[in-house]
Amino acid sequence: MESNKRGWTTQWAGIAVLALFALLPLVKTSDYQLTVANNVLLWAVFAMSFNMLFGVTGMLSFGQALYFGFGAYSVGLFAYYQGTWWFLPALFLGMAGSGILALLIGPLVLRLTGVYFTMLTLAFAQLGWGIVVKWYDFTNGDDGIQGIMPPAALSNKVVYYYFCLVLVSVSVWFLWRISRSPFGLMLRCIRQNPSRVRFLGRRVKRNQLRIYVISAVFTALAGGLMAGVDNSVHTGMWYWTTSGEVILMSILGGMGQFFGPFVGAAIMILIEDMVGARTEFWSMVIGIVMLTMVILLPKGVVGELVQLKERLFKRSSALGV
Amino acid sequence: MEPVLVVDGIEKSFGGLKVTDKVSFSMFPGDLTAIIGPNGAGKTTLFNILTGHLAPDAGSIRFEGKEIAGARTQDIVTMGMGRAFQITSIFPEETVLDNVRVACLSKLREATVFIRPISAHKRATDRAYQILESLGLEKFSDRRAFELSHGDQKLLDIGIALALEPKLLLLDEPTSGMSPEERLLTRELIKKLWSLFNLTLLFIEHDMDMVFGIALKVLVLQQGALLVEGTPEEIRSNPEVITAYLGEEL
Ligand SMILES: Nc1ncnc2c1ncn2[C@@H]1O[C@H](COP(=O)(O)OP(=O)(O)O)[C@@H](O)[C@H]1O
Ligand SMILES: [Mg+2]
Repeated sequence: MESNKRGWTTQWAGIAVLALFALLPLVKTSDYQLTVANNVLLWAVFAMSFNMLFGVTGMLSFGQALYFGFGAYSVGLFAYYQGTWWFLPALFLGMAGSGILALLIGPLVLRLTGVYFTMLTLAFAQLGWGIVVKWYDFTNGDDGIQGIMPPAALSNKVVYYYFCLVLVSVSVWFLWRISRSPFGLMLRCIRQNPSRVRFLGRRVKRNQLRIYVISAVFTALAGGLMAGVDNSVHTGMWYWTTSGEVILMSILGGMGQFFGPFVGAAIMILIEDMVGARTEFWSMVIGIVMLTMVILLPKGVVGELVQLKERLFKRSSALGV
Repeated sequence: MEPVLVVDGIEKSFGGLKVTDKVSFSMFPGDLTAIIGPNGAGKTTLFNILTGHLAPDAGSIRFEGKEIAGARTQDIVTMGMGRAFQITSIFPEETVLDNVRVACLSKLREATVFIRPISAHKRATDRAYQILESLGLEKFSDRRAFELSHGDQKLLDIGIALALEPKLLLLDEPTSGMSPEERLLTRELIKKLWSLFNLTLLFIEHDMDMVFGIALKVLVLQQGALLVEGTPEEIRSNPEVITAYLGEEL
């Protein structure tokens, strides 16, 4: 019968990692560590949602910042204009709005494939960025919005951290179930051979649109929760470099692995954090690390680990161990 | 008996080149028909038109009584036309099982179900194993498709098409690139599948042993036009075919 071993390993690894994140508030020595951990969690959701498009379905979107910014600014603007009570409703409104936006933009960008698709997603995201920067009266432009507070019940840093951890866990679980479902298989088939998928009687673009919308919704969740971590939102969240970061995270961690982007996000955030505190040239350091890793570990950190494990397993079974 | 497929005067040109020239023929349930013709005769193009991959410039195609000329591939396939490819078309990184199972899921309309894991879809899984067994590929079910030999990949391609339980199955050169031994096995296998699954089968083939060994009817295509159609015996002794295509070898 078929082996589910790989699936189980991944599942238990995921549960173990999230459990470690749950223990962190008990062992932390500063609130700052909590903020870094929360950043890792939220960027992980962002990168994993992106990788459902990129690594799974083969759609290289260079415009996911649009939905990240949309989610963040939904929370930011509602909290700013309507008050803190609106934080949670705005989080979910931002997700719904993001899904609707993706449903409108998706059919347009999906008319193109390959690098043209990529350029068009970038164009839409930059359009969003441009609007937010220029519409100063409403968005505060480049000044961003500060003082965004989660509602009283979540105002404690540790409580907010656990709140994020729960939503992140649910998101990861949901994306995991998608990738193990028939729909996930369909998405991988679309990446590998879209014209054959049509010969299964299935519509390629419709399924691409489905995952594009799902990805946008979880991206908006990550953006919205981020507004509460930093207590602020800024236009950089909409900028192309934000879209670029999740691409790097996915490649770094392994776009062919479910948890690859999670690991990639952790590595990037930690490097940015450690190096950024010591030198202003941190982006150069990131560049060098990226270059080295891509050359030495072309399948990403998780991808290479899995391959190493498979090789060791094969050797030991060949020895009859 | 109602025909499954009625092709009537279809035409297709690429630039100035007429690749399909007023082709007409019919397929009835249970038919086992071969298409032969030299390279570039327009055989694959004919399949592309039948499956909606290309729209014909003129003519009509009735499949199960419905006009499908110019319809979309996914709709024609959903109506029951299956196809395997001259250049193997599979999902290389998925397991052999999942290659067939995705087609079974598609047939059962479970292909876009979220949340519920694939392995919980028992009917599709059982059906996929059944098809792999009929092709002799069940021992590879956990392997990734790209690890298979070329010949086995061609069989897998056929398996994907079979999983859709097609009312009409088109095979484009099922033995191309195979060794003589593999060809012999594939010939027997296709005959077996035809009776096992009650297929209506139209196949393009260059291997004359296969064509004259298993086909009940043969269509000869030349420069886009249907030169002649008949039983294998008729084709073998047709003077036009002998001069145009078969040469002295028969
Ligand atoms: N999409 C296309 N565009 C232009 N020419 C094509 C296309 N597809 C096929 N042809 C041409 O049509 C002719 C018939 O091709 P094909 O149907 O593949 O032949 P066969 O399968 O009989 O060998 C060839 O000359 C080929 O170059
Ligand atoms: Mg051909």
